[in-house]
Amino acid sequence: MSVPVHPRPLLSVALFVVGAGWASGVSLLDAQTLPPVTADAAAMAKAQSDSARYPYTAADIHFVTGMISHHSQAIVMAGWAPTHGAGAAVRRLCERIVNAQVDEIVLMQRWLADRRQPVPVPDFAMLAMGHSGGKHMMTMPGMLTEAQMRELDRAQGTRFDILFLQLMIQHHKGAVTMVGDLFAAEGGRDLAVFKFASDINVDQTTEIRRMQRMLTDLLLTEATHP
Amino acid sequence: MTRMLGRLSFLASVSLAAVANAQPSPDPRVGLKAGKTDAGVAAWNIRLVSNTPTQAPFTSSWNSDLAFFGNYAIQGSFAGFQVWDISNPARPTLRKGYHCPASQSDVSIYKNLLFLSGEDYGARLDCGTTPVRDSVSKDRLRGIRVFDITDLDNPKNVANVQTCRGSHTHSALFDPKDPENVYIYVSGSAPVRSPNELSGCVETNPDEDQHSALLRLEIIKVPLASPEKAAIVSAPRVFSNLPARPAGHAEAEEDIQAAQKSAAEARARGQFTAVIFGMERALSTQFTNRLLDSLVKVRGGAGFSAVTSADSAALRSALPTIIEKMMGGDEDRSHHMQCHDITLYPAVGLAGGACEGFGFLMDISNPIQPRRLAEVADSNFSYWHSATLNNDGTKILFSDEWGGGGAPKCRKADKPEWGANAIFSIVDGKMKFESYYKLPAAQTPQENCVAHNGSLIPIPGRDIMVQGWYQGGISVFDWTDPAHPREIAFFDRGPLDSTRMEMAGSWSVYWYNGVMVSSEIARGLDIYELVPSEFLSANEIDAAKTIRFEYFNAQGQPKFEWPASFSLAKAYLDQLERSKGLAPARITAVRNALGQAEAATAAARRTALTQLGASLDRDVSGSSDAKKVELLAKAVRDLNR
Repeated sequence: MSVPVHPRPLLSVALFVVGAGWASGVSLLDAQTLPPVTADAAAMAKAQSDSARYPYTAADIHFVTGMISHHSQAIVMAGWAPTHGAGAAVRRLCERIVNAQVDEIVLMQRWLADRRQPVPVPDFAMLAMGHSGGKHMMTMPGMLTEAQMRELDRAQGTRFDILFLQLMIQHHKGAVTMVGDLFAAEGGRDLAVFKFASDINVDQTTEIRRMQRMLTDLLLTEATHP
Repeated sequence: MTRMLGRLSFLASVSLAAVANAQPSPDPRVGLKAGKTDAGVAAWNIRLVSNTPTQAPFTSSWNSDLAFFGNYAIQGSFAGFQVWDISNPARPTLRKGYHCPASQSDVSIYKNLLFLSGEDYGARLDCGTTPVRDSVSKDRLRGIRVFDITDLDNPKNVANVQTCRGSHTHSALFDPKDPENVYIYVSGSAPVRSPNELSGCVETNPDEDQHSALLRLEIIKVPLASPEKAAIVSAPRVFSNLPARPAGHAEAEEDIQAAQKSAAEARARGQFTAVIFGMERALSTQFTNRLLDSLVKVRGGAGFSAVTSADSAALRSALPTIIEKMMGGDEDRSHHMQCHDITLYPAVGLAGGACEGFGFLMDISNPIQPRRLAEVADSNFSYWHSATLNNDGTKILFSDEWGGGGAPKCRKADKPEWGANAIFSIVDGKMKFESYYKLPAAQTPQENCVAHNGSLIPIPGRDIMVQGWYQGGISVFDWTDPAHPREIAFFDRGPLDSTRMEMAGSWSVYWYNGVMVSSEIARGLDIYELVPSEFLSANEIDAAKTIRFEYFNAQGQPKFEWPASFSLAKAYLDQLERSKGLAPARITAVRNALGQAEAATAAARRTALTQLGASLDRDVSGSSDAKKVELLAKAVRDLNR
């Protein structure tokens, strides 16, 4: 199946700031801009010759497409840290998540564009208002429901920290499950997807452990931040 | 407090200004023109001796790691391996290209044996180019390929050792006590393959199944006389019994201080505290009130309202056990925690394990049963990637390959403690955090950049390292003072592509027999030499060149032992001049004496050196750098041996 590429720029960063959760304070996304998705002829040719050797499959496309939406929700959640009174440790974690996952979205969008697949464009503003982004998103493991998103958006301070960690652990575990599903479906033979999925696997597994520690800590102790 | 902070930042700006004077400013690495063969270049105290582009059929694949023997550099590639003759560093020639696709073809060498890592699902046992597509296949290679390269024209694949997770990287260990064998430590972070393909590959948590392929290393024993018998001899579980919160720089300093303060205040208020993850913390009253409530009910009381001081005392003594139980279970011992790279340093019996969420210090005195001595975690680290010990084995440097090497993590907004190196001193088998070192020049979003592979440069008396930062280029830095690492040389090219990030840059750069060889992912093989500067003298570089190896694998770190040479003595003298460990007049006098001795012959040289050695012995006690004067005196005396 051949699908024409529609390289479209992502929403400009300024737009996120006026979204519901971004109304005040400095967004974590400000520091990092999302470049437009471009697919050039040389890259497409390279992708084609790569895939002659390591053919990508429907499982790869499904994984990469889904992971863009999955990441988008994580970015919105983490982006709330400064405006929701998160403690220093959670704020640092959130900065990392936004930084890492924005870069990964760029990578995934390019992978799709180079292979002439439709490129999902995250609608951060809608996600920030609690919209789940459609039915297909909810079928992905670990995704927050609209109610969970709204609950997180309402939380402040320590309550935000605790809820954020609980929900992000759920979210990350979902991503790890998606990697498992990909390999079980004989995806990941494409080298770029193999590397990317393996990286998500180890990065998010490592981060889950870190968040579990932070959460235990928060649940048992007095809040140490205002 | 504010005043103190003000003073500190004033001091910081003064020392930064001093650094800025020494380094070219503005940094010439910023704003380099893009291009594959015509990219803009910035070099400081380094000279590019040659760049040799990759040749077909390797051109469309990424180059990976390096190993060395004799006059050869072996460069791994996702398409196989390339053997370069580097006897003339200005004109390396491809001696042999061996097509054998696999990710990522990490290479090591020992004598006539070459070891290659394979990790992905497509790689074939027969090195064929048609990838394996079936989910279960007898043709798949995930593990270690062993080649006999006695005949370089016809490398012979003598063994393949299959492992459950494949081999992302590996390290070769030569134990002097066991000269008949070489040991390969296999690290793999990819998913476990099907037991139908390789029996015994169990993905269940090790707590439930002792044969689990998770949370372990594999060690392969290769008999040198019969390498075809290479096989896994042990699978040590170096992750077992990890403390919930390892020591180290796990929390930011301000968080630790805040926690200590709040614990002290809570104690003063009579609130309960407990040691959680190694730190005393004030417990939430909600939590302890619930416990008190149950305690009272257990003894038949009415609950929280009827708490007595005896109940409180009972809770206080029971708390450590309660907390331990709650922390126990080790949460979710998440599936895929594995080591990424292990650097073995047999000469001191230590290994550094970069194991995803942790940095390990391991005792490898028994090669097949490594034992974890200590572990560190770091809230700024995402992915512990590789380790390098200093030559004395008193410091260890871990790097964080944040983003897996495929992301641009050196942009202006990416924090200096993220995607960096963390330096620790080793004291009594424990690691103490000292500082971070990150490439100090901002790179573009088109350049994948993060801390990656490097090696020590054998500068006597100092800890100097060269490291590849992908498209961030290569950086040479001094970490002799572990709390204040500083860059002393660099080389950088502009991005491969001006419009988008393509994989390129230095995968690894290692010092080997006088030059620095870098594996450029997209641009081939680079060879560099150091250029003397105020930070590194010609004598120090000459002394480094006296270290020669027959073979070299960066992850099987050899110990440097400098042979006696005038360069060695002069290098120490230059260092004493830099540290002001001897008065300027004395430096001049010793330099003259050394020069005269070098020019003299036979008995005259012997006498001159004896006299100089004796006079230097007398300098020791008066010097602020006594250890270096001792090294110099010894180097002078050794010239007489």
